[in-house]
Amino acid sequence: MTLIQRLTATDQPLLKVTGLTKNYGRRIGCADVSFDLHPGEVLGIVGESGSGKSTLLSCLAGHLAADQGQVIYDGQDVLAMAETERRRLSRTEWAYVHQNPRDGLRMGVSAGGNVGERLMAVGARHYGGIREKATDWLGRVEIPADRIDDRPSAFSGGMQQRLQIARNLVTGPRLVFMDEPTGGLDVSVQARLLDLLRGLVRDLGLSVIIVTHDLAVVRLLADRLMVMRQGRVVEQGLTDQVLDDPQHAYTQLLVSSVLQV
Amino acid sequence: MTDQAYNFAYLDEQTKRMIRRAILKGIAVPGYQVPFASREMPMPYGWGTGGVQVTAACLVPEDRLKVIDQGADDTTNAVSIRKFFQRTAGVDVTEATADASLIQTRHRIPETPLTEGQILVYQVPIPEPLRFLEPRETETRKMHELEEYGLMHVKLYEDIARHGEIATSYAYPVKVEGRYVMDPSPIPKFDNPKLSDSPAIQLFGAGREQRIYALPPYTHVVSLDFEDHPFSASKAPHDCDLCGAQESYLDEVITDDAGSRMFVCSDTDFCAGRRAQGMKGRLWASPEPATEELA
Repeated sequence: MTLIQRLTATDQPLLKVTGLTKNYGRRIGCADVSFDLHPGEVLGIVGESGSGKSTLLSCLAGHLAADQGQVIYDGQDVLAMAETERRRLSRTEWAYVHQNPRDGLRMGVSAGGNVGERLMAVGARHYGGIREKATDWLGRVEIPADRIDDRPSAFSGGMQQRLQIARNLVTGPRLVFMDEPTGGLDVSVQARLLDLLRGLVRDLGLSVIIVTHDLAVVRLLADRLMVMRQGRVVEQGLTDQVLDDPQHAYTQLLVSSVLQV
Repeated sequence: MTDQAYNFAYLDEQTKRMIRRAILKGIAVPGYQVPFASREMPMPYGWGTGGVQVTAACLVPEDRLKVIDQGADDTTNAVSIRKFFQRTAGVDVTEATADASLIQTRHRIPETPLTEGQILVYQVPIPEPLRFLEPRETETRKMHELEEYGLMHVKLYEDIARHGEIATSYAYPVKVEGRYVMDPSPIPKFDNPKLSDSPAIQLFGAGREQRIYALPPYTHVVSLDFEDHPFSASKAPHDCDLCGAQESYLDEVITDDAGSRMFVCSDTDFCAGRRAQGMKGRLWASPEPATEELA
């Protein structure tokens, strides 16, 4: 399916954000952010450090309480719903990939246990079934099946990040939040991870919100792009359009700051 | 300080009142860990300070107290706690499970079935079953609140992945009345089935961790497991060498440095009772009542 087809396939957005604001005391975290995310769409959020990208992502995922605004997921008001319900969503329909795999993995639990945790959290009680599914997902993220009983601490950084992705996707979420998924990895590992992510996103039809400061990552993955600065969205549009023809002075600076090899 | 300087059962009445409130709350919400203001007791943490406080709060002068440690009436912990209450409360003590109205236990449930009207008090070192997987107390409380117990199965999964079976053999997690996951204190998993539908009141006290929880009589308690790796109440595959019992939980005793060993009931009262009825095990040779010194 082409981008246009996917965007027009459903006219109901999966996630609708209106006027989202989060302040840290008198300082602005993010201010008045509004956007729609449609099923199967990948939205990139870029901006320099401190521009409010991660604050925005945390507010959307319910890790932080927003001060103002509305987040409607699939017809439900996320900010108004009970915590039970929000945590159920975050175990089943949502996934959150942390920048540092150590934040998203249980380092004392084997790879298979890490992948199986979400399955067990939603009620899987058959050991053989859980293990089979974990093996399958390790394969999908290119981790050899014989590493299933090793702990993540015995894995390289790239493998840990892939394991975190497997752990998040195993319950078939519809919406994935990613916070700098390629941060801290060297470029060749980054490239393979991006390749893998792109394949998974396309195959599973995931909606993704990906926060990064790396323009190459969004160029590869994102359909649409939001540029943030000092807590506000300064420009948004289709990725290629924003990157090839930046309108806002800050976006122009950002695009021209990329080092060419 | 003279004995008269103590209040009945050591604790002052206001403290007992506070503990009783926690116990009542625990009984009202089976399996829920009720925080309480644990006191300093004249014994080190890990020696049953929680159990002793619960016992002190429940004890009345008419009670007959039994104290066991790993099933035995004659080990250090049991003897010192029994003496403590003999001195501070002046209550009658017994070693016979059936005669006791209140039993404080460390790490066992007596073999003799409990009856209505009895209270079983457990000493608990770490009341939080999720602790070793989730170190944050705020997070474990949230998990209990929202019934997010997937993590407990991750522990069992890890057991099977590493050992081929659920290797957790004591402090085996249980689910109470379909709601709270509870640590039954470090009793062997052999005793887990006895937790369920017991006619006695079961109280759990953790002194250092300042938590009390409870199982009212006839509470349904289920041990967690997987469909393809069901829970089994395991014990050493032997008979008691003293009394010949086949169905009791056994201790292994090394008898020399050449590999000889014997298995004996960990519940000394149960074992002595069977021998008094004339039942004999493999190594019970002497007709002299060598064990009678206990009585």
